Amino acid sequence: MITDITAAKDAALAHIVAATTVDEIVALATRYAGKKGEFANLKKQLGGLDTIDEKKAAGAAVNDAMIAIDAALDERRSVLKSAALVAQVEGERLDLTEFFAAPTRGHAHLVTQAWERLEDVFVGLGFTVAEGPEIETDWHNFEALNMPIGHPARGEWDTLFVDHVPPDGQPGTTVLRTHTSPVQIRTMLAEEPPIYIVAPGRVFRRDTPDATHMPVFHQIEGLVIDRNITMADLAGTIDAFTKAYFGPGFNSRLRPSYFPFTEPSAEFDIQRPDGSWIELGGSGMVHPNVLLACNLDPDEWSGFAFGFGIDRMAKERHGVGDLRDMYADDKRFVEQF
Amino acid sequence: MKILLSWLNEYGDFGDPTDAVAVQRVADALTSLGLEVESADVIGETVDGVVAARINRLEGHPDAAKVQRVYVDAGDGQERHVWCGADNISEGDIVPLATLGTQMPNGMKIERRGILGIDSEGMLCSAQELGLGDDHSGIRLLPAGTQLGQPYGEALGLSLDVLIDADVTRNLPHCFGYVGIARDLAAKMGVDFRPPIPATVITGDARTTPVEIVDGDRCSRFASTVISGVEVKPSPEWMANRLAAAGMRSISNVVDVSNYVMLELNQPNHAYDLDTLGGGGFRVRVASDGEHLTTLDGQERAFSSADLLICDGNDTPIGVGGVMGGLDSEISSGTTTVALEMAWFSPIGIGQTVTRTNLRSEASTRFERGVDPHGMPLAVLRFAELLSETCPDLVVHAGGADAQSSDLMPADRTVSVRVDAVNRVLGTTLVADDLPALLDPIGYTVSGAGETRTVVLPTWRLDSTAEIDVVEEIAKHYGYDRLGSSVPKSVLHGGLTERQQRRRLVREVLLGLGISEAMPNPFLAPGALAKAGLPAQAISITNPLVTEESVLRTSLRPGLLEVIAYNESHRQAGMSLFEIGHVYPPSESELPAEYEALTVVLAGREAPAAVAVWRELAANLGFGARVDQSKVPAGLHATRSATLQAGKAPLGAVGEVAPEVLAAFEVTERVAILEVNLDELLDRNAKPAQWKQTSRQPSSDLDLAFTLSNNVPAEKLEKAVRQGAGKLLVDVSLFDVYRGTGVAEGHRSLGYRLRLQAGDRTLTDADIASVRRGVEAAAAKLGAELRS
Repeated sequence: MITDITAAKDAALAHIVAATTVDEIVALATRYAGKKGEFANLKKQLGGLDTIDEKKAAGAAVNDAMIAIDAALDERRSVLKSAALVAQVEGERLDLTEFFAAPTRGHAHLVTQAWERLEDVFVGLGFTVAEGPEIETDWHNFEALNMPIGHPARGEWDTLFVDHVPPDGQPGTTVLRTHTSPVQIRTMLAEEPPIYIVAPGRVFRRDTPDATHMPVFHQIEGLVIDRNITMADLAGTIDAFTKAYFGPGFNSRLRPSYFPFTEPSAEFDIQRPDGSWIELGGSGMVHPNVLLACNLDPDEWSGFAFGFGIDRMAKERHGVGDLRDMYADDKRFVEQF
Repeated sequence: MKILLSWLNEYGDFGDPTDAVAVQRVADALTSLGLEVESADVIGETVDGVVAARINRLEGHPDAAKVQRVYVDAGDGQERHVWCGADNISEGDIVPLATLGTQMPNGMKIERRGILGIDSEGMLCSAQELGLGDDHSGIRLLPAGTQLGQPYGEALGLSLDVLIDADVTRNLPHCFGYVGIARDLAAKMGVDFRPPIPATVITGDARTTPVEIVDGDRCSRFASTVISGVEVKPSPEWMANRLAAAGMRSISNVVDVSNYVMLELNQPNHAYDLDTLGGGGFRVRVASDGEHLTTLDGQERAFSSADLLICDGNDTPIGVGGVMGGLDSEISSGTTTVALEMAWFSPIGIGQTVTRTNLRSEASTRFERGVDPHGMPLAVLRFAELLSETCPDLVVHAGGADAQSSDLMPADRTVSVRVDAVNRVLGTTLVADDLPALLDPIGYTVSGAGETRTVVLPTWRLDSTAEIDVVEEIAKHYGYDRLGSSVPKSVLHGGLTERQQRRRLVREVLLGLGISEAMPNPFLAPGALAKAGLPAQAISITNPLVTEESVLRTSLRPGLLEVIAYNESHRQAGMSLFEIGHVYPPSESELPAEYEALTVVLAGREAPAAVAVWRELAANLGFGARVDQSKVPAGLHATRSATLQAGKAPLGAVGEVAPEVLAAFEVTERVAILEVNLDELLDRNAKPAQWKQTSRQPSSDLDLAFTLSNNVPAEKLEKAVRQGAGKLLVDVSLFDVYRGTGVAEGHRSLGYRLRLQAGDRTLTDADIASVRRGVEAAAAKLGAELRS
């Protein structure tokens, strides 16, 4: 019987080694190692042997054979599984560079990109963001800003007027806002100081479009009203903005200028790390007449304001040569940024 | 304001024009006073090859109306022929001739270039062509008696100089005059200020020209002084050179002195020939409507009651007050006695006339900003002093008229200045005793003691009226760069409002869906709204740049359709765009009913694409709205569009643009569109999503297909499915829509997949059968039949 067992084992091991698929292994496992398999049958025949010793010897031989077969099945199964995986993966090869389709992401407008960057910097400096209407009353756009009717400086704003007439009002007193300063007025009227706001927004001037001017463009203004605010605070805030927005190597300076709504007034310039200067915007201490127009006592409250163009920031950051291109919404332009 | 440095140096030792470092110091000091230096150019470098030549004769040419043939003698015994377009030359004049081969400052080389086949052997030069200033109105004439062939630089006594161009802001009216600039600059640079002190005295017998000011609010002072012994002749070269630097051509000694005094003392003035002055006096009054006068520039103009006229004693207009003289009031070569006008005109009045007539002059610019109403006596004497250089027999007569109205600004205006108010604004730690040193040198005279001082405001600073104006002067003379730098200690924290954060979310969602942002012009052409199928009622700009951009949009639709049309015409189809922007519907309120809108246009896509964008946006914002196809929005596709309804208010529209609208915009693609009132969307805060426990029990899926009439919205069936399914339903999705064989005409099959789950047990077949019955019954109420 031992001889039969050994022969059966050798035959089974030869079959297992010769198997080429996992399915074959499954079949061979049933045939040899299953509950009704060959060796299970051989085990059943052990009872027919004559002596205990024979039974013992044959039983040990069957067990050894079954262990060897299980090991062989496991090993062969593992080899075949690995090979199958390798074959599957190999068969699924893709050339990923065939799939370089054009990206489908949308493109935010350059003005929006600059606008949000600026908002984020000022939010980091402790400002909130205020908004207001684009069509304004003459009072909010000029009068409250220390430009009474007939003030000569009004002429410098190239104002666009609209045919809206307020109830009980005069024609010609509704304007497309020429700056976002009316938002400052509205904020001072609506809120108690302290006020720390920036007002980004769309503004309008009667300017013929060219490479650097558009009749419709965007600016951002800042306003701080608090106790004991000084011109040094204006200089420090401009400088903090300069470093936060442009980078640590940039500096700023104030230089005397004139605006009706601030006094003292200053232009502010930014110095690049190479020493050259960029004229950026206007600023100054809020004029007492503006505070009075907003029911604030100039002896109690003081503040500063500043403003500059958003479009120009976008234009310079991306080297756009002509502002008109920024507003043409041509696909070839839009998808560059 | 053009500032010639050598001229400025007459009033203080500011800097040698040939020393670049000194020039830079002057420029920096001007900038620190608020006079922004635009440029500082070296001038007076002479051009080699330009020599003095005499005009022998002038000839016209029948085929060249604008130029003359000029024959000149440059002293070398050979007559040259040149063409010349200037009209200020006559026979015998000595002129600068650029000979052949001369390299001009602008880069041009003088060549034998001809007109009508006749060569030009050189060029006669204007002051501008020689780099002597801005004047290009005629040839720069050289002094009579100049040796022919002499280089023009020698003949003019030119030396190297610097011409500074500085911006004069509205708060520096005195800086339109050299003396005003010099006073401030001397204080800033710490050099001695030397104002002109005329040596002239009034010696003549009394001669009066009566002056009547009728409209004293427009002209508060009008002085007229009689000066005799005038001989009209050319100016000395030094004066002509200085005027040329300011862009003014030398005309005659009288006109030049008039201009010189204006530039030096910022006092515009006008000299009338007394012998031809009608009525021998002046009357200052507003014009009657339609009154005519030919001004010095040769134009006949009509005036109105908004304009002030200078009239002679007979009430005949002879000038526009503070703006420009009349053509007939010019002095002539034979003038011997002048009535010299020095007056003060109201800035607002001048502004009115300038705006209305578009007539401006050096004088109107100065009066509009504000001239010293008390500077006339000095200016009169200075005028006489300068004129006496060429008119040795000049006599200034006593008895000059000095008419003043009650509107004349007093000379002794004062304000109180509190040193703590100064420090509060500037952040400085000044004491009251610091104020005189900062203010006195610039003419703000400080007096008194204690913490509050009295400051007499200078008469030349009409802009200065209040304490804060003095604070600004202190800041400038103390130095902006010395004010320090600090950051306010805010008790607030920065941030975006909910609304602003939601606006950013809307953008992010749309960008993530592959839609780009556009910003077309908010100004529309008349008719653009109607073309887009929208009501035409809108607000218009009353003074538009062009009519095509004069209507304020009430919808973002026309602008975006234009963008699609533009891109299509450049072979760029299939643009997906959105815009977030204000629209301005008319209203009866104080301001128009302006609100923020969002429009999405998807070119080359059909209505479902726009619905998908809406669903995505609504899901991200936690917002629901009913898609009501029974109301077709104006200008959209009648069978493929719906109103978005949030509560009772329409929130917007979704669907496709109507074919006739697309045709009107010349768009050939289909365009899916979503229009939303963003104010509604942004102002409604979504509550934070609340936790629902996820079940640990197994779930089952149930697929049900119904046949439903095309007239009943699928949305309604889905609602019925949800109702009928009851509490066990956790999700439902429409996975199949089918029309065709097996489904009745006018109907479609809608397949829904229901996921069912209980929180506490495994579902039984009975549960599922019960859901099925419930759904079937609810659907039946809409006329939907379960397909087996």
